[in-house]
Amino acid sequence: MNVRLYVWQRLTAALILPLLLVHLIVIFYAMRKGFSAADILGRTRGSVAWALFYGAFVSAVAVHAPIGLRTVLIEWTRLRPRSCDLIVIGFGIVIAALGSRAVAAVVLP
Amino acid sequence: MTALWLAHRTSALWLAALAHRLSGLALAAFLPLHFLTLGLAISGEAKLEGFLRWSDQPIVKLSEAILVFLLAIHMLGGLRLLVVENFTWLDGQKRLAVMAAAASLLVAVMFLARVF
Amino acid sequence: MTGTLDVSLWRGAAEGSFRRYQVPWRENQTVLDVVTWVQRNLDATLSYRFACRVGMCGSCAMTVNGRPRWTCRTHVSKVAANGRLTIGPLQNLPVIKDLATDMQPFFEKWQTAKGAFAPSKSRTDPIETIVPGSAGRLAADAAIECINCAVCYAACDTVRWNPDYLGPAALNRAWTLVNDVRDAANVERLAAAAANGGCHACHSHQSCQEHCPLALNPTASIAGLKRRAAQAYLTSTIKL
Repeated sequence: MNVRLYVWQRLTAALILPLLLVHLIVIFYAMRKGFSAADILGRTRGSVAWALFYGAFVSAVAVHAPIGLRTVLIEWTRLRPRSCDLIVIGFGIVIAALGSRAVAAVVLP
Repeated sequence: MTALWLAHRTSALWLAALAHRLSGLALAAFLPLHFLTLGLAISGEAKLEGFLRWSDQPIVKLSEAILVFLLAIHMLGGLRLLVVENFTWLDGQKRLAVMAAAASLLVAVMFLARVF
Repeated sequence: MTGTLDVSLWRGAAEGSFRRYQVPWRENQTVLDVVTWVQRNLDATLSYRFACRVGMCGSCAMTVNGRPRWTCRTHVSKVAANGRLTIGPLQNLPVIKDLATDMQPFFEKWQTAKGAFAPSKSRTDPIETIVPGSAGRLAADAAIECINCAVCYAACDTVRWNPDYLGPAALNRAWTLVNDVRDAANVERLAAAAANGGCHACHSHQSCQEHCPLALNPTASIAGLKRRAAQAYLTSTIKL
């Protein structure tokens, strides 16, 4: 871990905090109301606000998670630091791709 | 030897750090699945609806409660770090760590209560 | 107090084993007393370190029942209520023999963290005025008493898991110098703290603070370093 990774991880963490809280509230609300898939998608499809919200969420997580994973791989496995870098970059790309796909799936009209 | 190894690794703050790490790993493993589920919506509501029905089962609800617990722990653990690193040293940190764990448990229990 | 202590001591180097000894159990006995008794009465080949034996030098640090401690300041009654003691060399350092470790890696990291004072004035300059109550001086004073005993280094799991990590003592010392207005090497020092294995690798487990025999708080020092290094990086004062 160096200062560059540290700054990126802490900044994305600070961003994820409020986004996560809102996400949890939204989920609780949807479950409380007993929303069906149609109810959920009816609210998210075509919404710029949800697109921006979840787009930001996915982006922040796609940076935050790989950095944390990298530390765990370096400290708890015998992989070389360079291998750890490559593995987590790959993981970040997967998260970004799957996340964007999921966001698109619920916000595209 | 395990008892010796564990000797000083039972402080609330060390356990908080471990919980933070383990919950992070679990969340990283869960995320791709979570995104794939939502991708089901691409093929139309039917598939997502089918999944939402499947996720009505108790075992799935329990797993979701555990995930919310992990999320809460990881978030509160991260918050602890942001506070430790950016604000004046607090003396009551161990108490705070335990309270954070309790808060996470509460959130998870509330989740469970709502879904059943 | 009558009876005997059941004492296991590490014999060997990286390879070795614990050997058991029976030692008379006395009142007001320290762990250092126990080790010394074994060496003098049972096995003269036992190797261990000590110097002042009054809690000032830090030489006698060993792992006692799983925790790194100064053995001269550890009363047997406090750690071996059941009469059982397991004593090994300090963790996270190469073992020379039995209970004595090689402190070289510890001091090398001290150097890498730029833990040495770099003067900024010559003898012809006026003496720098240090305000005792200034924030910087208070921060430095809170961390300055470190005597390099390596107990914090032995307690730290991040040291154990990350061979690059400079460790709590080295970074704590760097923090005292970062807060010293007389020092001229703070750009290099912050760059060292900001590199791989520097202060940002610390997870705030606080094992260091928990075990420091002088009640120092390296985690707090490292938190300060994290802020200063991040600031320096964001203002391009240092580059990675």
